[in-house]
Amino acid sequence: MTPGDRRAVALKTPLTREGVLALRAGDTVSLTGVVYTARDAAHQRLAALIEAGEPLPLELEGQIIYYCGPTPAPPGHPIGSAGPTTSSRMDAYAPLLHARGVRATIGKGPRSEAVRQALVEQGAVYLVAVGGAGALLAQRIVACEMVAFADLDAEAIRRLTVEDFPCIVGYDAHGGSAFA
Amino acid sequence: MREIAVEAITEAVAAACRDANLRLPADVLAGLGAAFARETHPRARTILQDIIANAGIAVETGLPLCQDTGLVVVFAEIGQEAHIAGGLLSEAVDEGVRRGYEEGLLRKSILARPLDRTTNTGDNTPAVLHLRLVPGDGLRLTVAPKGGGCENMSAAWMLTPAQGRRGVVDAIVTRIREAGGRPCPPLILGVGLGGSFEQAAVLAKRAAILHRVGEANPDPELAALEAEILAAVNATGVGPMGLGGDTTALSVHVESYPCHIASLPLALNVQCHSARHKTVEP
Repeated sequence: MTPGDRRAVALKTPLTREGVLALRAGDTVSLTGVVYTARDAAHQRLAALIEAGEPLPLELEGQIIYYCGPTPAPPGHPIGSAGPTTSSRMDAYAPLLHARGVRATIGKGPRSEAVRQALVEQGAVYLVAVGGAGALLAQRIVACEMVAFADLDAEAIRRLTVEDFPCIVGYDAHGGSAFA
Repeated sequence: MREIAVEAITEAVAAACRDANLRLPADVLAGLGAAFARETHPRARTILQDIIANAGIAVETGLPLCQDTGLVVVFAEIGQEAHIAGGLLSEAVDEGVRRGYEEGLLRKSILARPLDRTTNTGDNTPAVLHLRLVPGDGLRLTVAPKGGGCENMSAAWMLTPAQGRRGVVDAIVTRIREAGGRPCPPLILGVGLGGSFEQAAVLAKRAAILHRVGEANPDPELAALEAEILAAVNATGVGPMGLGGDTTALSVHVESYPCHIASLPLALNVQCHSARHKTVEP
């Protein structure tokens, strides 16, 4: 079996609540559309803006957050190496962002009980991408533009357009888990 | 007395940074291939296949193996008869990191002040430099870009002598089970046993970086300990990316040092499957 012929649920963004509710932990999904990168520092800033009641630099409703800090793009490539970072560092912020409409996050590794509960309450999913496969995953990213916090460099928020981006449903919206 | 010019050191380190981030070492690739051949869980096989494919894509495209191009850890073995000429070794190494990360379009991930997110040094310096004096007049540098996700799952314990071998194995297995998918399994585990508090940690790092995957310890007792830990870690079923499987670790390596009668220092350095390192001799 090559990475191309595995059976996968095709998912298009923006994700709908119904589309998310149909997913089950362990499903392989192939994602096409738009995701936004954000990791530690960007989450700190988003949370501070939400706490202060100030406007956010992006609309979160229905969106997907990808925990990723890419390497610089070489000439002729939209982005550099771009795999997931460890999600649990963002656990403190995820329920807040799901409450603001984030429909899915993409990262690696397990999440806290509070995050899993937020997924069930909000009808959202946690997707796992293969960590350490940043060169492979970059092949599925066709466009990248800076959205906010450019001063954070690798930790800035970027809008990525992905085509057939491979993920596995780690936690679904029904309390299911794919983790061992 | 042999003179080694700092410029040669800088060039060698810069090239090693670029190369290490693009090319997975042959022993790591072979270990991944052997794990794929043994693995029985379909999802784990798919993930291992992606990881192996990623290594080929990195070389073909010139994109780094992983977006986390790491903190650069350098193990330097300096011959007692060698003379570093024209500057400081640490500055030569850092200049190499600076050039390698700029020219190689590698991610700059180092904060000057750990508690201040706005202090990225902008050039991925400084490196963490470990020195060891050895006989001869050579200089051997192993450059290892170390990812943050796996480093975060590393740990140290001051066990009691009564906890013994069982305590060593249990501490490591518990840690790896709790870490789950966070450190990007399949892992290479470096274990530092004995010495003092700080030395155990350095031994663990050496074991994780400088030993070849699948190569057993020359000391038969330590080789048996490595095999026992590897079997126990793989029996957890954590699997690739924590999603279940037979392959949680590819290899376990132990470095040991005599220790105090009251102590049993233990350190675990967790290395992800993107086990990048390059050795150069400027």
